[in-house]
Amino acid sequence: MSIMEYNGGSVVAMVGKDCVAIASDLRLGNQALGISSNFQKIFPVTDRIYLGLPGLATDVTTLRERFRFRVNMYTIKEEREIEPETFAHLVSSTLYEHRFGPYFVEPVMAGLSKTPSGGVKPFIAATDLIGCLNFAKDFVVAGTASSKLFGVAEGLWEPDLEPEDLFETISQTLLNAVDRDAFSGWGCIVHVITKDKVVTRTLKGRMD
Amino acid sequence: MTVSSVFSPPGFNFSNEVRNNFMTEKGLPLPKATSTGTTIVGCLFKDGIVLGADTRATEGPIIADKNCEKIHYITESIRCCGAGTAADTEFTTALISSNMELHGLSTGRKPRVVTAMTMLKQMLFRYQGHVGAALVLGGVDSTGPHLFTIHPHGSTDKLPYVTMGSGSLAAMAVFESGWQPNMEREDALKLVKAAISAGIFNDLGSGSNIDACIITEHHTEMLRNVEMPNERVQKERRYGFRRGTTAWKTENVRNLIVKEEMTFVGGDAMDTT
Repeated sequence: MSIMEYNGGSVVAMVGKDCVAIASDLRLGNQALGISSNFQKIFPVTDRIYLGLPGLATDVTTLRERFRFRVNMYTIKEEREIEPETFAHLVSSTLYEHRFGPYFVEPVMAGLSKTPSGGVKPFIAATDLIGCLNFAKDFVVAGTASSKLFGVAEGLWEPDLEPEDLFETISQTLLNAVDRDAFSGWGCIVHVITKDKVVTRTLKGRMD
Repeated sequence: MTVSSVFSPPGFNFSNEVRNNFMTEKGLPLPKATSTGTTIVGCLFKDGIVLGADTRATEGPIIADKNCEKIHYITESIRCCGAGTAADTEFTTALISSNMELHGLSTGRKPRVVTAMTMLKQMLFRYQGHVGAALVLGGVDSTGPHLFTIHPHGSTDKLPYVTMGSGSLAAMAVFESGWQPNMEREDALKLVKAAISAGIFNDLGSGSNIDACIITEHHTEMLRNVEMPNERVQKERRYGFRRGTTAWKTENVRNLIVKEEMTFVGGDAMDTT
């Protein structure tokens, strides 16, 4: 049993056509014992950036506050909202600062970045627990069900999905992956981020 | 809030050390970080250096990234390939790249490859192998082309052809049989591609595509994905779900468009002249 499996939990993010989706389970456990079925692991950073933090629950809470503080400082100093690419590097360097005494989380980021022409570009990224960035063009996964999520997402994901279709793909990916993971599950939440709205839905799934 | 509570000193932060050691003692082992199981190579040719790398990043037996970049920028005519702990190679090369830029600005000269090599080895030696970066450093400066390998503990080699990472044996076999002094640019690139291919196909830690970088005195050419021998074929059919497949319980829509409507009350609009 590794520290990463102590509380359980998984997050996945996917790219669609001018949209991104990020989803997680809602379980908080103490090893095999379920504690909560409403433990949020995904947090809004700005209107168009969401951050998922699967891993050790104490670090999830600590880092959420740390990132909120650092993003607020950035917004005040720069007098503008942080861009997803910049935020990914902020997450990465915050974790690498703790290279020899890490936080036990594997962050997943999803957001829309602004293009010079005024449009939006989907952005997803993930890092390992010491901040090695992974900019994927399709999907990123993390948490105790990551190995299962990799397999299901590899099979189900396809390019240029519309927001509604992306919702179905990411939901089915997550539901089916967490059903084969003992440490993840107990409800799921999905956020689909588009240019003008964020749709958040809680899913109906197995509760065992 | 006082200033001291916001200030954080430069360098690594060890504040989690005590807690983490406690958890390790309780029998919870430290998790693995992403490593680049990697094949990286470099070879000398007639008028410069060719560097090569595969593009696979692994996390134990899982492939974490199928197309990552392992040839890092140091200066315009110096590049560095990284193997080992992915985060360490990324941040060490970024730090040295930054310091090389400042060094170039303060001396007013084009920084040399030995300078980068010395900065890297001194940093890695200082961390006694705990910063797990195994590097191939190559570039051209005023003293000619140079190629180095730097091990995680800080030792260095200077050779005409080098390999590193888990695919180093496969790649070295290709170099040992095919390398010659004063090779042409095209032949050197071909040899580097063959060496990386040997790693990709014979070593489990390496895979996907080939990246290469050709550095000559006046020009650096970064060849991202020069060869893609493992491209995924078109899927046989679509696996999309019909809309409405997933049952959901609650929905919340956060509208990001702020609408503003102006309604004039009374007779005339305000006189703004």
